[in-house]
Amino acid sequence: MSEEPLIRWDWIARNWANGSPTAISVLLENHVVTAFLPVLLGLIVAVPLGLACVRWRWLYQPTAALMNVTYSLPSLVLFSIFLSITGLTRSTVVIPLTFFALAILIPAVVDGLASVPDSVRQSAVAMGFRPARRLLLVELPVAVPVVLAGLRVATVSSISLVSVGALIGQGGLGNLFIDGWQRQFYTPIVVGIVLIVVLAVLADGLLVLAQRLLTPWSRARRTT
Amino acid sequence: MNWLAGFFGDAGHWSGPDGIPARLLEHLEFSAAAFFVAALIAVPLGMLIGHTGRGALLVVVAANAARALPTLGLLVLVVLLAGVGTVLPVLIPLVVLAIPPILVNTYEGVRGVDADLRDAAYGMGLRGRQVLFQTLIPVALPLILLGLRLAAIQVVSTATIAAFVGLGGLGRFIIDGLATKTYADVIGGAVLVAALALAVQFVFVLLDRVAVSPGVRRVR
Amino acid sequence: MITFEGVTKRYRDGTVAVDDLSLEVPTGAITVFVGPSGCGKTTSLRMINRMIDATSGRIALDGQDVREIDPPTLRRGIGYVIQQAGLFPHRKIVDNVATVPYLLGWSRKKARARAMELLELVGLDASLASRYPFQLSGGQQQRVGVARALAADPPVLLMDEPFSAVDPIVRASLQDELLRLQSELRKTIVFVTHDIDEAVKLGDTVAVMRVGGRLAQMAGPATLLTEPADDFVREFLGRDRGIRRLSFISAKEVRLSPAPSALVIDEDGRPLGWRTGDGLAAYGTFNPETDSLRVALDAALLSPNGIAVAVDEAGRVRGVAGRDAIDELLAEHAPPAAGPFRDAGSPRAAGSPPAGSPPGGSGAGISEGVPT
Ligand SMILES: Nc1ncnc2c1ncn2[C@@H]1O[C@H](COP(=O)(O)OP(=O)(O)O)[C@@H](O)[C@H]1O
Ligand SMILES: [Mg+2]
Repeated sequence: MSEEPLIRWDWIARNWANGSPTAISVLLENHVVTAFLPVLLGLIVAVPLGLACVRWRWLYQPTAALMNVTYSLPSLVLFSIFLSITGLTRSTVVIPLTFFALAILIPAVVDGLASVPDSVRQSAVAMGFRPARRLLLVELPVAVPVVLAGLRVATVSSISLVSVGALIGQGGLGNLFIDGWQRQFYTPIVVGIVLIVVLAVLADGLLVLAQRLLTPWSRARRTT
Repeated sequence: MNWLAGFFGDAGHWSGPDGIPARLLEHLEFSAAAFFVAALIAVPLGMLIGHTGRGALLVVVAANAARALPTLGLLVLVVLLAGVGTVLPVLIPLVVLAIPPILVNTYEGVRGVDADLRDAAYGMGLRGRQVLFQTLIPVALPLILLGLRLAAIQVVSTATIAAFVGLGGLGRFIIDGLATKTYADVIGGAVLVAALALAVQFVFVLLDRVAVSPGVRRVR
Repeated sequence: MITFEGVTKRYRDGTVAVDDLSLEVPTGAITVFVGPSGCGKTTSLRMINRMIDATSGRIALDGQDVREIDPPTLRRGIGYVIQQAGLFPHRKIVDNVATVPYLLGWSRKKARARAMELLELVGLDASLASRYPFQLSGGQQQRVGVARALAADPPVLLMDEPFSAVDPIVRASLQDELLRLQSELRKTIVFVTHDIDEAVKLGDTVAVMRVGGRLAQMAGPATLLTEPADDFVREFLGRDRGIRRLSFISAKEVRLSPAPSALVIDEDGRPLGWRTGDGLAAYGTFNPETDSLRVALDAALLSPNGIAVAVDEAGRVRGVAGRDAIDELLAEHAPPAAGPFRDAGSPRAAGSPPAGSPPGGSGAGISEGVPT
């Protein structure tokens, strides 16, 4: 065991795409889908919910408290609970991860809208914007940088958390950890860790790029 | 619900080395150990960087990358490398997990203190250390506590998966329950961990009340 | 006394913020550094308490080079007030004020008692002591800032645009308060502002600085208004210098005549108005004991017949002064002959900036009159 190298390249070559359902490329694809679906669903839900929280202030306290509680639950705990409802399917991982994404994204949307300076809001009103247009054309764009910052955190943690799903057989690249553990074999574990980190860094980089493209004004503001 | 009754109603779950009290104690022990090691590293480092402004970029980038590290993979790798059955290596992934939130929030908190305030402190003749302890830390405290809270909750939650590599703690109920398809144990364990995480959350809310000056809490 | 001797500050990026500055800040008086934004006022001020160290030259406090004093020790003996007050948000008002006494090792009781004394001195109610800074208005915060700077009774006070962030009415009352305090305390105050009116109102001596950190002129406010050294200073002083200068001439010497019968007076001796064909017309008053010639002139301009009514503290008529009486005093205090000539914009003035004029040279005996 002590002579076992950390990486056996030939194992990687043999298992990258060998047609089996546990091939690395299949797991990778699985991982990507299982990680991004919750973020996407989370965003779709968080924007209207965040807007509602801003519109009806009383909604925010209970929502924030609920999200805070959710965030403090271990992923494995939620997976186990959903296992008894949705069984051994992808939903068992995707639904809990969506809750985690919401816990990050709803406060981000609310904070983002709160970050719109009052003077900006007031002058939009004074220029005759109706509420819906004002929201779409003035407030949401100004909120984008804060929302994107939340999106980055949600994405990176989602990518990392999917691997825990391996404990209930739905973990994408996390399955490599179980495999390596059971066979006392380093290579799959190292491959899993490296691919997950690379995936996270890549996704984060893309979001930073998206932010630059979407909000060219925010960069200028940061330097002053 | 009858699962819960089955789990918590079973007298055998309340005593012995596999009982809830023993598992809870184990869980708390290595969570606390990992949390304190992380805090001892990250709080002073975050203060130093925030106060002096040196090495900030490197640390923030590294901390963000560390967030992406999958704890399960790290755990499995470390235990395999160190040999199954030892406790200390298990702490490493948990410490790695806890450092980024503490470090980043402490750094941001100290760095974010109003420049005018810093100026006023130096202008009145406070020395570097006094500026740090009498001005920067009290004002940054809400953020420092936030970082500590996030870290503590993550450690307590994630410590569950330590059971996968043969360690004790509340994760045992879940992992063993999954292996033997005893869902009452899985749900029971899950509820226990969730309750513990909420308790940690609550402790930090109290700490915030006690330690943070009302003058600062209002500002944020 | 604070002495600048050939002080230069060059920042790391090459910006020369202060260039060969030499001047003397007299003990027990208010010296104002004034000039456009970025001219090096803050830099000059902060070199005194070593928040910034000079690149070359020497700054001495009563003869001792500040570089020989350990910065924190030096600063504990110098009060420092900045624009946003810089109050510690996590400390109650009373503890904010007691900061330096605590640093100096006073007992908690003694420091707090001293803090309460100071709050009263700056005109704040004792009930504010247990509040936190965010619970105070901007003007109140600024008063706390002043109280905090005075806590350990330092002989020197540095103030960097302390009143610029508050509204004009609060600013005026803070300025009056500072003058009242100073008449009691007689501190050596260096006051930085970009507002020339504030400089002229508060300064016993005003140092006008130009961009690049050079001294353009240093003089008493009245001298400054009548004899600006060059075009830069003249432009910086703005319009109405002739009128504004009258604020520094006391109305005490105005020749008063007995009130004519056209002035209607009530039974307590207070004026009611000037009798006209069909009723009473408006009138203007001044108090010769406390007011300036500017107020007297203003009072004359407010009356239809050009006669100002002189009253005492209780508002009772003491006499009247016509425009002729005011003119007499104006003539006595006419600016030196060169003044109007330079004002006409002669080329001679433009080319002679006496930037290196001897410190305090033209500022001697400038505290005449009461700035109003
Ligand atoms: N830390 C610094 N580094 C480089 N340049 C500076 C620094 N601080 C001030 N300056 C420059 O020095 C000049 C004088 O600044 P300052 O003393 O703050 O002016 P004022 O207080 O009169 O507005 C300005 O041009 C300013 O940009
Ligand atoms: Mg300035």
